[in-house]
Amino acid sequence: MMTASLATVSYIGATILFILSLGGLSHPESSRRGNLYGMIGMAIAVLATVFGPRVTMAGLPWIIGSMVVGGSVGLYAARKVQMTQMPELVALMHSLVGLAACLVGFANYIDPIAAANLSSAEKAIHEIEIYLGILIGAVTFSGSIIAFGKLSGKIGGKPLLLPGRHFMNLLGLLVVIAFGYQFLHSESVSAGMIGLTVMTVIALLFGIHMVMAIGGADMPVVVSMLNSYSGWAAAATGFMLNNDLLIVTGALVGSSGAILSYIMCRAMNRNFISVIAGGFGTGGGTPAKASGDAQPAGEVVSISAVETAELLREAKNVIIVPGYGMAVAQAQHTVYEITQLLREKGVNVRFGIHPVAGRMPGHMNVLLAEAKVPYDIVMEMDELNADFPDTDVSMVIGANDIVNPAAQDDPTSPIAGMPVLEVWKAKTSIVMKRSMASGYAGVDNPLFYKENNRMLFGDAKKMLEEVFVALKA
Amino acid sequence: MALMIGIPRETAAGEKRVATVPEVVEKLIKLGFKVAVESGAGDAANCSDDAYRAAGAEIIVGAPKLWAASDIVFKVSVPTKEEVGLLREGGNLIGFIWPAQNPELMQQLAAKKATVLAIDCLPRMLSRAQKMDALTSQAGVAGYRAVIEAANAFGRFFNGQITAAGKVPPAKVFIAGAGVAGLAAIGTAAGLGAIVRANDTRAEVADQVKSLGGEFVKVDYEEEGGGGGGYAKVMSEGFQQAQREMYAKQAKEVDIIITTALIPGKPAPRLITAEMVQSMKPGSVIVDMAAERGGNCELTEPGKVVVKHGVTIVGYTDLNSRLAKQSSTLYGTNLFRLTEELCKTKDGIINVNMEDDAIRGLTVIKDGVVTWPAPAPKLPPVSAKAAAKPITAPAAHGHGGGGAPASATKTAVIFGIAAVLFLLVGAYAPAAFLGHFTVFVLACFVGYMVVWNVTPALHTPLMSVTNAISSIIAIGALVQIAPPLMFGLDRPDGWIRWLAVLGIALTAVNMFGGFAVTRRMLSMFRK
Repeated sequence: MMTASLATVSYIGATILFILSLGGLSHPESSRRGNLYGMIGMAIAVLATVFGPRVTMAGLPWIIGSMVVGGSVGLYAARKVQMTQMPELVALMHSLVGLAACLVGFANYIDPIAAANLSSAEKAIHEIEIYLGILIGAVTFSGSIIAFGKLSGKIGGKPLLLPGRHFMNLLGLLVVIAFGYQFLHSESVSAGMIGLTVMTVIALLFGIHMVMAIGGADMPVVVSMLNSYSGWAAAATGFMLNNDLLIVTGALVGSSGAILSYIMCRAMNRNFISVIAGGFGTGGGTPAKASGDAQPAGEVVSISAVETAELLREAKNVIIVPGYGMAVAQAQHTVYEITQLLREKGVNVRFGIHPVAGRMPGHMNVLLAEAKVPYDIVMEMDELNADFPDTDVSMVIGANDIVNPAAQDDPTSPIAGMPVLEVWKAKTSIVMKRSMASGYAGVDNPLFYKENNRMLFGDAKKMLEEVFVALKA
Repeated sequence: MALMIGIPRETAAGEKRVATVPEVVEKLIKLGFKVAVESGAGDAANCSDDAYRAAGAEIIVGAPKLWAASDIVFKVSVPTKEEVGLLREGGNLIGFIWPAQNPELMQQLAAKKATVLAIDCLPRMLSRAQKMDALTSQAGVAGYRAVIEAANAFGRFFNGQITAAGKVPPAKVFIAGAGVAGLAAIGTAAGLGAIVRANDTRAEVADQVKSLGGEFVKVDYEEEGGGGGGYAKVMSEGFQQAQREMYAKQAKEVDIIITTALIPGKPAPRLITAEMVQSMKPGSVIVDMAAERGGNCELTEPGKVVVKHGVTIVGYTDLNSRLAKQSSTLYGTNLFRLTEELCKTKDGIINVNMEDDAIRGLTVIKDGVVTWPAPAPKLPPVSAKAAAKPITAPAAHGHGGGGAPASATKTAVIFGIAAVLFLLVGAYAPAAFLGHFTVFVLACFVGYMVVWNVTPALHTPLMSVTNAISSIIAIGALVQIAPPLMFGLDRPDGWIRWLAVLGIALTAVNMFGGFAVTRRMLSMFRK
């Protein structure tokens, strides 16, 4: 058995390893080691706790049993998941953290040992911590479940806009505060349970409502926001248990998620509050058309797969801009085959990734990595935007709003000011799309009408395979 | 009823080009037309009758039958009197006409009630018209060929070399006039490794010259030489004097001079005098691309190669025919683009739409009525929209990161709120809580610093690894499952144990699954 001091020192070691783990992700080279640090840190933390002073040997069989069950489910999921389903898996995992935070909170509240030997002020703070921990945990749990449903297509991507939704949220908040007051002043555990339960139900409803109101295109923000929440839930649990390791780790995860949400919002030129308030990305409706003369001039010129192959073959510089459509069509492997073929012919092929392409931050990078595209030809938007004028062919695969020139030159556009990849500056741009439908923002795309733009209509995977065959011939 | 496009054999002396090539025939047929080619029309341009037939064209023997069968005739060189005689009454003709120089021809064509599109009358300022600009495409070919002719007549390498036998200096080439032909010549000569200099009265072409690897030689005199429509104009006497001095200087220095200077509707300007030729090194070469219009060099003899004062002067007027296949392919493509504009419905019927600026400019005779010269095309006004300022993304809000620092008032407000919060916490919270609070705030800052360094490419692994790390919440469940007993407390062991077991199981999913999937993802990232 370890002493309390030894356990604390182990926790400090684990904290450092977690920080190094996140630090390692600054570059693909060091990232693998970073992940290893994380694993070691976690192992140290768990072992130090299990063999520490606060767990007796009586609990060991329970711990091992639950760990084995949970661990095997986790490993199985990690092995089976397809890279296109990563956003769903991540959302589902957030929900588990949220639920675990709730359970720990409830268990802690009914455990008399936790509250023993506390002064009245300390007891009040302890109870606030429990209340907040369960609140955040519950919101994370239900919100993540809905996000999972939306990402996996089990729930429609359209935002659900209830009348007076802001009012409803406000009312919920007031009720939560009122019951919090009642909870703090309850005499016994069973009396406090009422307030706690009501609050949990409201928090769950709030989580559902919040994510239901957010449109499909804003999913990257939601996923990273829930990531942040799961961190804050862990931090709140740490306060509740007087455990610094939990506090530090929770704070790390929380700020990481917050930064990601912020980066995503900036990439869409949208305010965080307005994303959370929901309602964007309605999809249908009659947008853009109303603005009369903003209707793009020119005509849409379509192109065949064979002609596309010809253009690619003659090009020296090619930039491929993938979007969610590539993930849906599972076309990343065909994209790689084409890339490899072109690179063998000496064509300089690069990929331009918009921060919000896909359904979670970095989604496209993972898909391309899965297809074995080397990461040094996968560029960020800012690295690449200046190179478009020297590019012969820019190929847009299943993306729309992130390549919309209206964001730059039409101040009335709903996406005005959003940074976009300037594909139209290439000599020729080819857009692969299933139809002329507008993107998630529901904005018409003047790119399609540009003189140097060609449209390759059809399923991305099928068309790319045809292009590949034509290229090989 | 699909119209028949006829391609006669060119009859002008030395003309080897043909108005379309088999590759283009296929495209014309896709537009809905039928195509007839006179037997032997493409022979000089390496396009056999069989190739045309394979592309779907009908081969007709003899010009009279072909002209009679054709609704639209594609020509290259200006039609002769005989050819006009063969044109069907009310027929259509597309090709080079030069209406200003050939008023008689215009009369004859008008008498035939024909509709004639002169490719040389294309309004060149319309960006839409560039794809049909045959003058440009042919001038480009001629510029290329001029350099090849010069290289042929020149007794040395173009590029500098260091050989075992000694050093060979690179040839110096001077190109007078940086129009389309001049620019093509600059690119070709630079590509061969020569040192290229060029001059043009229009100062704005200097950048184009440089971009092709040439050096722009300025005339030491201030005057703007653009004459509208992308052509040059006649310059003042003072300028011409300065220009002559510059040319005289260049003539002494360079090995090869290629002249391309033309002014619309006027004889070619005399740039190179007999004295300048005399001052050149023996073995030097002059290619005079303006030979047909009198020549830029005094000693040029149009259509011939002559040697004067030891300098070879090439005065070929048929540079395009000397690269017949290339010229024909480009010309054929220009005419195809024009046909596309005439036949937007893709049904093999042409519509000469006089409302269209490009078509209006091209049409010199419509149904027997002379419509040349066309009024100046209405250039699209520089619209307010084009001038609208590009929208820049507003400065980043909230916590700074890469963005500009927040405004002073905002910073002050944030700090103020933070100060009040800290005061409240300090006033009421017990000491134990403050210790944890310190750790929490510092950890937030550490997280903030560390995560900004994460490369965007790894954002998904970042999320899955933070997910795995947040399973640290397991510790909360672990300490509840079987703590050391505390005497005298009634603990609902069963309830707590089951909650804790469930908590551990859930976080274990994350713990193992999160790290495993991150590992799987990261192992895919490779160079």
